[in-house]
Amino acid sequence: MTEQILNRGVNLNTDGVELSREEFLRYGRHLIMPEVGLEGQRKLKSASVLIIGAGGLGSPLAFYLTAAGVGRIGIVDFDVVDISNLQRQIIHTTKDVGRSKLESAREKLLALNPNVKIETYETRLTSENALEIIKDYDVIIDGTDNFPTRYLVNDACVLLKKPNVYGSIFRFEGQASVFYAEEGPCYRCLYQEPPPPGLVPSCAEGGVLGVLPGIIGTIQALEAIKLILGIGETLIGRLLIFDALKMKFRELKLRKNPNCPICGENPTIKELIDYEAFCGITPEQTLRETGFEITPEELKQKLENGEDVILIDVREPHEYEINRIPGSKLIPLSKLPEKVNELDQTREIVFYCKMGGRSARAVQFLRELGFTRVKNLAGGIDAWIEKIDPSMMRY
Amino acid sequence: MPVKVMIPTPLRPYTENKDSVEVEGQTIDEILSNLALKYPQLKRHLFSEDGRLRNFVNVYVNEEDIRYLDGGDTKIKEGDVVSIIPAIAGGNFQEKIF
Repeated sequence: MTEQILNRGVNLNTDGVELSREEFLRYGRHLIMPEVGLEGQRKLKSASVLIIGAGGLGSPLAFYLTAAGVGRIGIVDFDVVDISNLQRQIIHTTKDVGRSKLESAREKLLALNPNVKIETYETRLTSENALEIIKDYDVIIDGTDNFPTRYLVNDACVLLKKPNVYGSIFRFEGQASVFYAEEGPCYRCLYQEPPPPGLVPSCAEGGVLGVLPGIIGTIQALEAIKLILGIGETLIGRLLIFDALKMKFRELKLRKNPNCPICGENPTIKELIDYEAFCGITPEQTLRETGFEITPEELKQKLENGEDVILIDVREPHEYEINRIPGSKLIPLSKLPEKVNELDQTREIVFYCKMGGRSARAVQFLRELGFTRVKNLAGGIDAWIEKIDPSMMRY
Repeated sequence: MPVKVMIPTPLRPYTENKDSVEVEGQTIDEILSNLALKYPQLKRHLFSEDGRLRNFVNVYVNEEDIRYLDGGDTKIKEGDVVSIIPAIAGGNFQEKIF
């Protein structure tokens, strides 16, 4: 049994915060619930929430927090809307493709609830700006879901004593928790260090079911609202794991690690660090810097000159069905170790995938086995389509 | 005694896409090494070169982290469920290996 942790919520000053006639009508369904009521709605109105990333998790989050009447919502993002975002990032629409995500989000949120103040930060969150941006908010929600930002947000929240509502998604699986060092464990108590780059798949390559960020994002929104209202039991000290295929929620206990480098008894991290360096450089970058990369133009030239080049596609069969570079052979990355003796070390071999990440792992793997004439196609088949053959189907 | 081990989504390619597997063992160390024997490709994802459990992989018995039990020596009872919980991140530039 998990022991009950009383939700003390965040400290808010509701002095002088009143609701207008329109707001009484708008929030009527909150006001008639004793757990929220007028006092709770005034808390929501005096509260501020910072959402980092206006993407898959950020979309439902921002919508529900705006609808609920959170007084001030900050959003950090620097990206533009791409058509491939629309499968899950429901705050953006087809006509927004090419627009700034912040502009697109602000428009939808103000249309939903003009009482909410939307503040936007068109920047990447960095060690230089994080403390300055985060300090003015009561609750922080990381909707970006990558390791450098996750450690950055965690550390900044620990240093500023802010609750950090965590969510993460992968294919059909999601996780959520609340990291709040004042009351319980932080992310570093759970994982002191991130996995080295290359050991974990990404959304771009691993894929994600579009509904999943909707479920995890709304759980994050709910936790943020509970922290503001100071009601119920939050996910502080608990990791919620959701399996969408089995439709099962599981729960694991998280404990504060006395040896945690930032919130433990003798912390060694006292200020923000360089999180990109902490999370390591990718195999792709390594190959670029050591000359084991080939551009689409160079590859095209070699093929046209009739040079002896073996072209290996390391994607999955269902991706190979959509598009492929003519003359390539499919060996999915996971099958490479067992097929490696079919490859001729003396010939030049070029590997590609969708964007260049998986093929970089393949090239690294073969280099470790002693292959010297192996190259990674920079930017993968996406770059090939863009630079060489735009008639090919893209996904 | 066979013990049920829950496999997280990112590691399922190395367990023939099974979301849980049964392995023999009395302690966590025995169970994890038998798991790595059964699915050799899983090994490098669980253990570093010096054979220690990687520090971005946590192991739970039921809902408790083994770091707060007896670590690798934690004894398993009939009906216990072991879960492997690696750090995951969706929107990352990072990609999978074998």
